[in-house]
Amino acid sequence: MSTEVEVTLRVDGTPHRLTVDVRTTLLDALRERLGNTSAKKGCDHGQCGACTVLLNGRRVNSCLALAVAHDGAEIVTAAGLALDGELHPMQRAFIRHDAFQCGYCTPGQIVSAVAMLAEAEAGWPSAVTMGEPAGVGSGGGDGPTVGTVTDDEVRERMSGNLCRCAAYANIVPAIQEVARR
Amino acid sequence: MTTPVPAIGQPLDRFDGAEKVRGLAPYAFEHPVEHPVYLFAVQSTIAVGRITAIDCSQASARPGVLAVLTHQNAPRLSTDNGELRTLQSDEVTFRGQIVGGVIAETSEIARDAAGLVRMDYEERPHNVDLRGEVPGHRERLKVPDEVLPIFPMDTSEGDVDAALASAAVRVDSRYSTPWYTHNALEPHTTIACWTGDGFTLRLSTQGVTGIQAAVAGAFRLDPSRVRVISPHVGGAFGSKVYPRADVVLAAMAARLVPGRPVKFALTRQQTFSQTGYRPPTFQRVRLGAGSDGRLVAIEHNAIEQTSKIRQFAEHSTRATPSMYAAPNRRTQQWVAELDVPTPTIMRAPGEASGMFALESAMDELAIACDLDPIELRIRNEPQVHPHFQLPFSSRNLVACLQEGARRFGWEPRDPTPRARRDGGWLIGTGVAAATYPVLRLPGSKATIRVGPDGRYLVLIAAVDIGTGTRTALTQVAADALQVDIEQVDLRLGDSTYPPAAEEGASAGITSWGAAIHEAADQLRQRLTTEHGGTVPADGLEVTADTPDNPYLKQYAMHSFGAQFAEVRVNERTGEIRVPRQLGVFACGRIVNPKTARSQLLGGMTWGLSMALHEQSVLDLRFGHVVNHDLAQYHISSNADVGAIEVHWIEEDDPYVNPMRTKGVGEIGIVGAAAAIANAVYHATGVRIRDLPITLDKLLPGDRPGSEVGG
Repeated sequence: MSTEVEVTLRVDGTPHRLTVDVRTTLLDALRERLGNTSAKKGCDHGQCGACTVLLNGRRVNSCLALAVAHDGAEIVTAAGLALDGELHPMQRAFIRHDAFQCGYCTPGQIVSAVAMLAEAEAGWPSAVTMGEPAGVGSGGGDGPTVGTVTDDEVRERMSGNLCRCAAYANIVPAIQEVARR
Repeated sequence: MTTPVPAIGQPLDRFDGAEKVRGLAPYAFEHPVEHPVYLFAVQSTIAVGRITAIDCSQASARPGVLAVLTHQNAPRLSTDNGELRTLQSDEVTFRGQIVGGVIAETSEIARDAAGLVRMDYEERPHNVDLRGEVPGHRERLKVPDEVLPIFPMDTSEGDVDAALASAAVRVDSRYSTPWYTHNALEPHTTIACWTGDGFTLRLSTQGVTGIQAAVAGAFRLDPSRVRVISPHVGGAFGSKVYPRADVVLAAMAARLVPGRPVKFALTRQQTFSQTGYRPPTFQRVRLGAGSDGRLVAIEHNAIEQTSKIRQFAEHSTRATPSMYAAPNRRTQQWVAELDVPTPTIMRAPGEASGMFALESAMDELAIACDLDPIELRIRNEPQVHPHFQLPFSSRNLVACLQEGARRFGWEPRDPTPRARRDGGWLIGTGVAAATYPVLRLPGSKATIRVGPDGRYLVLIAAVDIGTGTRTALTQVAADALQVDIEQVDLRLGDSTYPPAAEEGASAGITSWGAAIHEAADQLRQRLTTEHGGTVPADGLEVTADTPDNPYLKQYAMHSFGAQFAEVRVNERTGEIRVPRQLGVFACGRIVNPKTARSQLLGGMTWGLSMALHEQSVLDLRFGHVVNHDLAQYHISSNADVGAIEVHWIEEDDPYVNPMRTKGVGEIGIVGAAAAIANAVYHATGVRIRDLPITLDKLLPGDRPGSEVGG
């Protein structure tokens, strides 16, 4: 019984042909087979978001995806957001606002934030968009938010990315600085 | 020559930011290595007993498996540290103990094969229930060993019982805090390589020097044969200070496959049993006061748990003798030895849990005396340290409370519970005090080398666990050398550099910074006296220890702070939200306002998380934490956190250390949970003394349909 298969992944713009175990997650394929350790392993169960990458343009927890199921996929990590060494505006905002400490959740936060703003821009609702005000901050319950996102929207939409250093109060303004451009 | 702009006080972006935002800063497991093998741990499925038989045949037969480690083939170690005696006998002392390991060509094979290792056990009854120890089993409890020799474990002054009996106002309350787990986002990871005559260990640790000593000792090696490298650490919070079974297992595995790097990462689930935790506490606080609120007696007792293989006790009552003037005071502490994993240091160990109790009790006393809780604390402000009878090197608790009250909008405040509401939400505000001692840990040295190019290289085996050490220590070095910060290169995280105390106790800048400061002083002096102020052609190098502080016996040294919180409690559902937290701290000089603010912000969010979210739930039948992942053990997420303001009082304390800093890592969490609990009382009229404050504790369960506090 062979448990190995060949797949092609395009990672941060570079195509790779690699052999993976059928049990290899997309995250482990990146980190252990391709040596791209930008996405981090925090829980391996889709609970912390440290492994967030763009998979064909959408944010996913790469620890919950099997590499064998994504032959031919286009993957972008936080390293790939910085083209030719030029940091992405979201990365610059995270540095300016000190929106991280240990930095382990940070690549996932940044990939997630970039995708999240695109989702909001496209009019995708969140629980806050249509829901009752939660009692925190001023946002919520105002209907779909095309073009602008309230702080509560950012908090809700970013809650799949845990930060144990608890830089949340810096992450929200960092994202808003980019969102308001 | 112009005097450079002082680096201390500049809100510099952290130096490793550009690497971290791209994910390029290498954490332990990410160091590129050739031909690695992977290790996966086998854990005991009983809490107490003995392994009677092991069958590795199925695991060994898996293609790609290189070896299976158990106590039957593991090398014998030389250590009396129960935490490090991994695979040394057939005894099992807690559920989840590492009892084996599988080494394989890939992580998938190692994990699969670890599940195929079969162990038979002779099981004995276990006791993991601290609650069962509290009533009627005092004889089984022990007074723990002192954690820090400067703070006696128990204290007693005056006649507490007599003072309480005659006090006009009394509070007598019992509090509890649960088993908290660190959950640093980077799990404990190691790449271990046996190089023929020693180890190279890349691991996630708070102290490379301590790990080096522990591993060298256990494997009977000269410490120079063990190199420990830890350039970046993905959070730690105390869980990565002491070496534990994971590093021992990785090193043992490396011995079996010489020349091949062994990659070992604990799973998130495994961290709950392998990496320590904040021990649960049961506490009792008795306060006696005159009707004017002036305390005549303070008593604070705490009971905690430790394991049977190594004692660790948080000093939960440690802060109490530093806080308030009262002629009669007593603190006592006990520890129960249970069949559980060993607890360990966790952010503000002792103060975080102890000050929840004391500062909740102070709020109860304010209500009993019909006094504003800030005024109550001001009335009980001591002139000197109540226990040591020494003056404080600086003490700005009152300034923090007053400044916080002004910024928070504390006044006007109707103290009546349930007086404020907004739609279906009850609104309350709460306040609590915070403190943390200024500590220095022994054993640090720093080397500074200046080259003829005028660049300064600073070497110290300190680590940056995310606190911003790399940036802040460079600022300290630049000012001590009186040069522009651009001229200074600082390297840390490698045991080949001069030894350093572990990162902990908010003592990093005090311990390491003072060593750097001393080396810089000596270097400048030698440049002037021996070389006429110019750098010799082959450069100059100086190594210095952290100097003794002559003021330690003359002053009590502490940080103080004031924590404010606003809570909203849904009257129907009991849902608790914290839209606002505000903290004002007096922690000496601030080296880097940007990174220091982030640490205080993080600490306050930890306080929110401690107050409302976190709790490791123990299954008493089997002895393990059942909610052992990040879906079930909830740490504050982005949507849980409201607006947080951090401020500080300017302090210039010449006695604490040459940098005049007091440390900022721990104090942010201290008192934050009490402020929230006090605000919950103000909102609802329900006093929650058992953390975490969950909605079920606010809803009257026996009266369906009734409202919170109703």
